[in-house]
Amino acid sequence: MSKTTAPEPRTTRATLTRRTALKGLAGGAALAAAPGWVPYIEAQSSAPLKLGFQVHRTGIGAAYGRWYDRVTTAAAALINEGGGIGGRPVEIVTEDDGTDPKRGAEVVEKLATQHGCDLAFGTLFSHVVMGSAPRAGELKLPYFVVSEGHHVASGRLNRYTLQPGITDVKSQVRAMAPWVTQNLGKKVTMIFPDYAFGHDHRDFFSEAVAAQGGEVIEKIAIPPTESSFTKYFPRIPRGTDVLYHVMVGPGVLTFVKELGEFYGTGARPAIFGFIDSLEAVDIATPGLDFLEGTYFWEGMPRYAPPDASEHEGFYRQRVGVDANGASMSDPKDIATYAHMFGCWETLHVIKAGMEAAGYQGPADRAKLIEAVEAMTGMPESREHPQGDKVFNGRTHQVFGHQFISRVEGARLSVVHKTSIEDGMYPDEVDYTTQPF
Amino acid sequence: MDLGPYLMLASLEGAVGAAVLALTALGLSLVFGVMRIVNVAHGEFYMLGAVLAWWVTSMIGGHPALGFVAAMVVAPLVVGLIAAAAERLVLRRLNYDPEATIVATIGLLYVIQQLALSTYGADARPVPAPIDFRIQFPWFGYSGYKLCVIVASAALMLGVWLVLTRTRAGLMMRATQYDPETARAFAIPVGRVYAGVFAAGAMLAALGAVLIVPIQQAHYLMGHDPLLLSFIVVIIGGLGSLRGTVLAAVIIGMSDGIISVFFSPTLAKILATLLVAFVLVWRPTGLFGARAA
Amino acid sequence: MSRAVGLHLGLLAALAAAQFLLPDYHHGNLARIMVLAAFASAYNITFGYAGMLSLGHAMFFGAGLYAAGLAAEFGGTAAPLGLVLGVLAGAIVATVVGLLALRTTGVSFMIVTLMFAQAGFLTVLYFGEFTRGDEGFVLAPAARTVLGLSLADPATRYWAALCVFGAVMLGSLALARSAFGRVLAAIRENEERTRMLGYDVFRAKLMALAVSGAMAGAAGAAYALLFGYVGATFASIQYSILPLLWVLMGGAATVLGPFLGTLLMFYLIDISSSFTTAHMMIVGFALIGLILFFPKGILGTLRERAAPWLP
Repeated sequence: MSKTTAPEPRTTRATLTRRTALKGLAGGAALAAAPGWVPYIEAQSSAPLKLGFQVHRTGIGAAYGRWYDRVTTAAAALINEGGGIGGRPVEIVTEDDGTDPKRGAEVVEKLATQHGCDLAFGTLFSHVVMGSAPRAGELKLPYFVVSEGHHVASGRLNRYTLQPGITDVKSQVRAMAPWVTQNLGKKVTMIFPDYAFGHDHRDFFSEAVAAQGGEVIEKIAIPPTESSFTKYFPRIPRGTDVLYHVMVGPGVLTFVKELGEFYGTGARPAIFGFIDSLEAVDIATPGLDFLEGTYFWEGMPRYAPPDASEHEGFYRQRVGVDANGASMSDPKDIATYAHMFGCWETLHVIKAGMEAAGYQGPADRAKLIEAVEAMTGMPESREHPQGDKVFNGRTHQVFGHQFISRVEGARLSVVHKTSIEDGMYPDEVDYTTQPF
Repeated sequence: MDLGPYLMLASLEGAVGAAVLALTALGLSLVFGVMRIVNVAHGEFYMLGAVLAWWVTSMIGGHPALGFVAAMVVAPLVVGLIAAAAERLVLRRLNYDPEATIVATIGLLYVIQQLALSTYGADARPVPAPIDFRIQFPWFGYSGYKLCVIVASAALMLGVWLVLTRTRAGLMMRATQYDPETARAFAIPVGRVYAGVFAAGAMLAALGAVLIVPIQQAHYLMGHDPLLLSFIVVIIGGLGSLRGTVLAAVIIGMSDGIISVFFSPTLAKILATLLVAFVLVWRPTGLFGARAA
Repeated sequence: MSRAVGLHLGLLAALAAAQFLLPDYHHGNLARIMVLAAFASAYNITFGYAGMLSLGHAMFFGAGLYAAGLAAEFGGTAAPLGLVLGVLAGAIVATVVGLLALRTTGVSFMIVTLMFAQAGFLTVLYFGEFTRGDEGFVLAPAARTVLGLSLADPATRYWAALCVFGAVMLGSLALARSAFGRVLAAIRENEERTRMLGYDVFRAKLMALAVSGAMAGAAGAAYALLFGYVGATFASIQYSILPLLWVLMGGAATVLGPFLGTLLMFYLIDISSSFTTAHMMIVGFALIGLILFFPKGILGTLRERAAPWLP
């Protein structure tokens, strides 16, 4: 691995401030000056590595995109402070995809051929991933998605597309089933959006619940164009023990509020939801008081748990989120905390992969993929503040812990943390056998 | 749940939807009827109304009703001003050419959406309801505020009807709608009537949004559905017929609720959509339209 | 050879030559723009020439996209057959919809086509088991080969896009200059009078819609095969409004207007998004400005003021 004398003091597009760039410069210079740290000076370019960030800045995913953007900026600043990747500073090149699969594919092309990025990363919504990934594969551009979709591990994508920063929905859902059936009840009614993300929940959870001796007695698929939900609630059968809900998009708060109005003070089943239904929404919003005592899946606990690791605290502080999961500068600005850690961890996986591969430039892209495929365990650390993980190089998918939290006093308190094994499932693909 | 209560709930939901839809569609119908243009940015005026309502209510402390009443006044006024400005600066210069207006209002749609995204942000934000009570039926609970929305919307529509039929301004609008040339000959300031109608249409959309925003949240993309639905309602009701617009809103709002009782949700949407298409195939001028559309 | 024919063949020749000069990024963009311009040209047949404002063309594009995509996914069909299936699907859907929707005119026609397209979009979601709904599916590389050449290869893709676009554009040109094209224009200008002159207006409009549907289906199938992705977004209302916008911008009832509009709109978004996060605002103001100063679209205004021979 080679080191450079000093990174170029070039500020990056819209993401790195002058201050962080100067810090990075100082850090890089200090590293380079340290005796014994510089095996061969001037052996390579000191130009920044260009990481293309495909972000949902407009369109339906904009609320998520804003926080993905902040986390990416924070992670890149941290990496640059630590001397960059392989001694080269990191430049984040951001392009908005409008949360649209067609524009997503165009953005991947633009990042690869116009900006000359070394790779692309950061896509969340799964239809954008599906639209963009074929182009990334054709352009032989490493494409690191942060989507939690099952598309990567299902084998439907390609050798160049990986998801090393966040567990996929199939794993999340399987990990939930034992706890839900043992603690809340065995007869489950599911409410989910009537598109692929919802269908994944439906299929994988039904399967996992059946394996636990439970049963999904009703599946209510809500059309994605819907903006009011009360009329669907009477479909929930009387014998339901557990109501399982997962909704996404701007209608989520309406959905949860109307659910509360519907049950009112009457008897109701236990309620278990995915935090997607309330991501970026304040639990203390009027009308949500009925959620008291209900349960949520969380990818990473929004409210800092008392036993949080120092790494969690460090990450929380660097991305500018307070102990209640809101922005430090605006307590009303709630983070998409359960998902956004994926950008942080992905960038650190990219760093580790590039350094392991001795990445110099686009000619080494295949080496980068191989280096990431070779990864296995990822210990809990600053790089992985959500917790330790296991990466499966064959399926290009990472597996981690999941959290179940209970609403108590308008806050979420963690009551259960699943093991990584809870979410494991047999491989559906071996990407390593595909040619580059 | 038994069929009886289920139908009752679906009807209540349908009525709330219909009430807000009628108000919003009335705005579009007015513009459509008098000016003969399709305002694609109508949904964005609706969205602006909701966003402004959030702004006003979050600035005014005290009881939620105070902020809500202020929003009922401020939001439509601001939206009306913006609409009037757009009409004077853009639409008038296009001579109200139907096709050019579509492109211009699509442009306006982008501008307003971006303004909302850049200033207000991408989150869906709630506005507290001015009154907070819940009616508990034996089978289900229901929001009391939703019932008030139906009443408020009906009162506002009655107001619109009075203005149109009983005031001088209403007379001028109707005269312009009937025949702009003759109206001009009778010294009606047709240009100013157009500006006023365009503003009034936007204000009705904003009012509908202020009413709905304690139920649904203010979000910068929320204008899409009301635009489409209003558009459908105006055509089904028959072009230029305000009575038809209101009736069509009730039919569409209620059928959307009730069809969902009998079919799986997405299938119900498909059927409701096809129903609208077949109504028009069967009666191309709409249910209450006299002239060819 | 007339000036008009020369111009159009010249454009195709220029597009063929451009691929050797363009940098990678713009090379890829132009391939995509040509496919979408074929879609816009299809829209122009009904809207520009026959004066029927449809808001349902996403349904025809989607029919082609899914016919080619599903046939490849479940039937393992080859790319050329996929294209044929796409054309057929577009034409059949357009004919069936036309038989019902053409009972209406004007704004009612807009709504009826919009509603059918919305029902089509929801149907794609309803059969999510096969279509994977909004997420869509990716076509296997094996399904994307023509004569042993991979459509994933930039040069092959560019040639394929050029062929599809060229066929649709020359078809539009032939139609615009044919007797049938003049009947359509007569219907647009005065439907009653055309009927009184003894023309079967319904039949002419249905044929225009079927031709337009076939072209849109070809564009949809080409998009699936060339770019390897099939998803419900392409059947959503957005893709009914976009071709209207492209055509109005370039100039309705001009043969080259759809291409010009598609090209300009693409680069407007692409360039503005690279220097501001508020790119929708720029697009919005550009649209308003264009329509204020070029109310008939760019080529429409040009034809009016300078080049009356422009088809």
